Parts: sequence; C-alpha cells; structure tokens
Amino acid sequence: MSAKVKKVDRPDMTVPERLYVLELLRGMSATNRHFWRNFLARKETATLNYPEEKRTYSPRWRGLHRLMRREDGSVRCVACMMCSTHCPAKCITIEAGEHPDPAIEKFPVKFEIDLLKCIFCGLCEEACPCDAIRLDSGVHAPPVCARQDAIADKDQLLSRGASSRARQGGGNSRQ
Amino acid sequence: MLEVILWATAKVVVLFLAFSLGGAAVLTWVERRMSGVLQDRLGPNRANVGPFTVFGLLHPIADGIKMIFKEDFVPAQADKVLFFLAPAFSFIPPLLAFMVIPFGPPVGGREVFLVSNTQMGILFLLAIGSLGVYGHTLAGWSSGNKFSLLGALRTSGQLFSYEIGLTLSLLGVLMVYGTIVPQELIARQSEMWFGVVPAWGIFTQPLGFILFLAASMAETKRAPFDLPEADSELVAGYSTEYSSMRFAMFFLSEFVAIILVGAFGAVLFLGGWHVPFLEGDEWWVVALQVGGFLFKTGILVYIQMLIRWTVPRLRYDQVMDVGWKYLLPFGLGNLAATAVVLVWFV
Repeated sequence: MSAKVKKVDRPDMTVPERLYVLELLRGMSATNRHFWRNFLARKETATLNYPEEKRTYSPRWRGLHRLMRREDGSVRCVACMMCSTHCPAKCITIEAGEHPDPAIEKFPVKFEIDLLKCIFCGLCEEACPCDAIRLDSGVHAPPVCARQDAIADKDQLLSRGASSRARQGGGNSRQ
Repeated sequence: MLEVILWATAKVVVLFLAFSLGGAAVLTWVERRMSGVLQDRLGPNRANVGPFTVFGLLHPIADGIKMIFKEDFVPAQADKVLFFLAPAFSFIPPLLAFMVIPFGPPVGGREVFLVSNTQMGILFLLAIGSLGVYGHTLAGWSSGNKFSLLGALRTSGQLFSYEIGLTLSLLGVLMVYGTIVPQELIARQSEMWFGVVPAWGIFTQPLGFILFLAASMAETKRAPFDLPEADSELVAGYSTEYSSMRFAMFFLSEFVAIILVGAFGAVLFLGGWHVPFLEGDEWWVVALQVGGFLFKTGILVYIQMLIRWTVPRLRYDQVMDVGWKYLLPFGLGNLAATAVVLVWFV
C-alpha cells in the first residue's frame, strides 16, 4: 500500500442502529419536532408568502439605479463617462451636451441604462466622482414585455433621484 | 324493510362517502401541506375563490376540477376493457372495507355507526382489502407498457408478501381477545387493568402493533414502500399510462387506504371508539366516543404521513427482505409467544 492511501475507519452499525426501529423513531422525532414548531409558530420556516411578505434587504443591497440632483434640482452628472467606461456590461449610454452654466462644463443630454445588460455590480456607483449615480433605490428591476421597455432613460433615473450635497468632483469632503 | 334500506343508505352515504372519500380528498391537501411544514416550507395555500383561501383547503377541489377536464388517454396497445375497469377494481375494495369498521358504540341496541355488523368482521376486512391488488395488477398489465408491467409485477409481489406479515401481526390481537367481530373486540379492550390502563391492543401486543404498522404501510404502497409506483425507476409504475380522473381514482384509493389503515389500527390496537372512564348512553358520551375514534384514526394517519416523509424509500430487494426475513419470523414469534402466554400463564 502506497504512502498516500489513507485508511478511513468506517465503523459497522451498532446493534441499536441495525434494529432500524430505534433510528426510525429518532428520525420521526426530528420531523415531528419540525412539524409542530413550524405548525404552531412558523419557527423554522425558510420560505415566505412572497408577494404579501417580503424579506428586508440589507442597506447595501443594489437595486435600480437613480440619478442624484443638485440643490437646484438639476442633474448632478457631468457626463464624464467614468461610469460607462468602467461598466463591465457596457450598459450605460451617455450623450454629453454643453451646460449653459460656464462653471459646469458638461451635462448628459441622454443617459440610458439597459437593465437587461446591467449586472448590478455597482462599479458605476464606485467610479462616479460626483455622487451622481447610485444603486440604493431598493427597487427590483421590473419585468418587461419588450426589450426597449427595459432601457431606463434619464427621466426615469431622475424620478427616483434625490438631492445630494456631496462636493462635485469627489475628494474627502463627501458629506 | 323500507326503514332498513333507508338506514343502510344513510350510513353508506355518511360513513363511506363523506368520511372516506371526503377524508381522502382532504388528505391529499394535508399530505402536501404537512410535508411542506415539516420540511420548513409553507406548502400549498394559494387556491382561492375570490379572497378566500381557507388555508389552501380549496386545492383538492381545484385538483378535482383539473382532473375531470384533462384528456382521458387510452394507449393504442391497451386492453380497453381491463384498462377501463382497473381503476374501479383498485378503488372499490378499500371503500368496501369500511363496512365493518364501527365508528361508534351501538345506540339503543341499534348499530348506528356501523354499516354491517357481520360475524366475519376482521376476516372480511382482510379479504376485501387484499382484493385491491387485482386493480393495480390489472392496471399495469392492461396498459401495454413495460414500465406499467414492471410496476404491476412489483405490486403483486409486494402486496402478497406483506399480506402474510399483516395477517400474522393481527393474529396475536385476535387471540388475546378471542374474537374477530370488531364491536366485541372493542368491548374486550374497554376493560381496565388496575383501574387505570385500558386493555388496548397496543398494550397487550406492542410488537404486533409495530409489525402491523410496517405491513399495512407497505399495503398502502406509499414511500418507503412505494415500489409499485417507483417514480425514480418506473416513471409512475402501474399508473404510468393513466391520466385524468382514472389516475385520480388510483391516487384517491391510496389515501382511502391510509384512512382505512388508521381506522383498522384504531379498532385493533387503540380500543376503537372506547374512551377511558367514559360510559353511558347519553348523547354527549356517544359524541365523545365517535370523536375519540376519529381522533385515534387521525393519530395513526399522522404517524403514517410522518413515516412517509421521514424515511427514504427502500430498494426492491430490501422491501422483500423486510417482508420475508423480518415481518414473517417476528410475526410468527409474536404469535408463538402469545400462544404460550395465553395457554400457560392466563
């Protein structure tokens, strides 16, 4: 026998185990315990009555994207393309336009996310220097009947958005 | 004469149809819901009429409606007549067996809760109960399908083997009480030992009870003894080619058989409708006794379901081993020991 062979000790069944009836009773007591605990109080039930009951998600859970607003309500995004560059699924389409305010260079004329392509990895959120895109809406991607319905446009993304007072361009001063 | 016929009809309708058929329909739901709950799931609770779901109790009705409207398929190679008759053959015997099961005490000298107070009693039950095997065997044979045929062979093999174990496990009880008439059996079991312990079959014949439970679970053809169906090997065994309401009849006959085993076991081993410290003719005593019988039946049904959802299914050779190498010798040993005790010590 070579040195690498490891002998595993497999003990024979003991007499009470071979009797089967005792082991059967042990098994039945386990199922019986589960039955009554779940029947009386749903103690160990792992499943939910889904549409009526829902699990609470962790605050880090990534749902549908949203575009944040400046204090004046306009979009925070400056169309820098960081998110669409980082996106591993290539699901973000941004068309930049000139912003009327000379202090702000650009803003997105078009900002579309293809939710069928998106893998909800959150890299866009990490890449964004302006705190403009977030995945913290807590909303599931809805089912759609046609492919084009799954493309979230700027208005949709903004409609979930909220005001953010983080410093544009990032840095350590995010509030 | 008319009165006799009316009484018989009323008893048949209530005891047969309401209890056994209604009970079987409810059991299809109980089984799925209970298996769900004991596996930490919720089980079916969605079928509804408007906002009413009644814990999912409408599922059997939904199932029934679905079964009725499904296509009734007959394979081209099938033996049409036997294929047509087989579900009835398997469905009727377990129903008929309820004839000799007393659901309650005689009221005013009249057997209100017993369809037929025949002197054959338990013998009739065993005889008619074992007729069910013909239905399943014919079903498998007449389907013209190899899986069905294998299922039929297994059915006959398994049921005939376990018939012996079942009968042997009962003989001890019948010897102890010296009768095969159910009402007399219950009357003998109503005696108390030391004024506290009722002389039920489970206390006089504990080994017999275990053997009875094992053998009768095999007779109901459910897991762990589900070799005739054997989903994982034989598609659906003898019922492979059956669809719609004919399949439902096989399905229901299994559940009727479960209730029958429960009721049968309650009569033989749990004192039937006898409730300790309860005697008399008042209506509430009788109601409690009938309730007691249903409760005992329910407990035995619960135990069967628990075993079905606890133990993995046996291999075919293991099933035969249990039947011939364990139930038969233990049954014979139990019988011999009972005989010795009865002759020399009582």
